[in-house]
Amino acid sequence: MTATTEINKIINEDNLVYKKTNLLLDNEMHYCPGCTHGVIHKVIAEVIDEMDIQNETIGVSPVGCSVLAYNYIDIDWQEAAHGRAPALATATSRLMPEKYVFTYQGDGDLASIGCAEIIHACNRGENIVVFFVNNAIYGMTGGQMAPTTLEGQVTATTPYGRNTALNGHTMKITEMIALLPGTRYVTRQSAETPAAVRKLKKAVRKAFENTTEKKGLSFIEIVGTCSSGWKLTPTQSNEWMKENMFPFYQLGTLKDE
Amino acid sequence: MAKFKGAIVVETEKCKGCSLCVVACPTGVIELARDVNAKGYHYAYMANPDACIGCSSCGLVCPDTVITVYRTKAS
Ligand SMILES: Cc1ncc(C[n+]2csc(CCOP(=O)(O)OP(=O)(O)O)c2C)c(N)n1
Ligand code: SF4
Ligand code: SF4
Repeated sequence: MTATTEINKIINEDNLVYKKTNLLLDNEMHYCPGCTHGVIHKVIAEVIDEMDIQNETIGVSPVGCSVLAYNYIDIDWQEAAHGRAPALATATSRLMPEKYVFTYQGDGDLASIGCAEIIHACNRGENIVVFFVNNAIYGMTGGQMAPTTLEGQVTATTPYGRNTALNGHTMKITEMIALLPGTRYVTRQSAETPAAVRKLKKAVRKAFENTTEKKGLSFIEIVGTCSSGWKLTPTQSNEWMKENMFPFYQLGTLKDE
Repeated sequence: MAKFKGAIVVETEKCKGCSLCVVACPTGVIELARDVNAKGYHYAYMANPDACIGCSSCGLVCPDTVITVYRTKAS
């Protein structure tokens, strides 16, 4: 048997083990090659599909690269003004308490302009899920410094590296949020390896399942890359993230009540 | 010998040539093609198909979810 006929025999519906979930629309993603947003979208879509809650889930997309998330995951969506996704999600979940409501926000959106909204939504213990994508910069606008930018990190607005005396300290927003009594599940994950993707998926499932218990807010930070903003290749970006971000933003669950 | 034989299908026109699947594959199956797709990306393909064990690692990490994975018991 030639190699091609053997492959053709394997490629058969009965042998299918992994394919794109139907909840991911066929639209080509506008994200740059290797962008973590794509992996996170996929994981969220797979969990919603597996829980069979497509018609009960409402997402709120941010301002940032992921503003167009509504083009990719086939559920109901709203689009919030910069940083205001937690306010919109608060209203949505209070008006429709039976729905699974989540926000999807970058670190510029959540930790900078939307800092007040997220802290108060967490403190009020809104019954929502928050996905916080931390790529340590403002991706969409060209790689400027964010509150999450590491000390010494070169960005478009810190060409000599972030200087804490001038630019302030790097903010661990997830640790701050874990202190608030309104949050019940707070975890920091990543998505750069198959094992990390599987772990992230478990966390996403847990967060959505928490919604039915109405015991507070579930918050998942995902440490990710922005190869265009970091001016590295996607594989170099993953290495840079492991070397520089993981020691500071330690992965793991901070709170699970 | 591996217990499973696998194969992948890449939607080459949607691949962005990011290489994350190349790095994730534990058996070195995938490489980027010398050719490019309509968008100019060197797309991923099975350079060493015999080595594929159908583990889905490549599919899981692909940000554009353009890989479908098949697996069967090795005969
Ligand atoms: C009120 C307002 N201020 C500023 C902007 C410009 N702006 C667009 S996206 C963005 C930052 C997004 O960064 P982040 O939240 O980290 O998301 P990423 O693009 O990295 O995914 C900014 C400042 C805006 N659109 N609206
Ligand atoms: S299924 Fe596993 S072995 Fe086959 S190409 Fe993908 S990562 Fe490699
Ligand atoms: S991970 Fe996906 S987009 Fe990236 S090279 Fe592989 S198949 Fe192409």
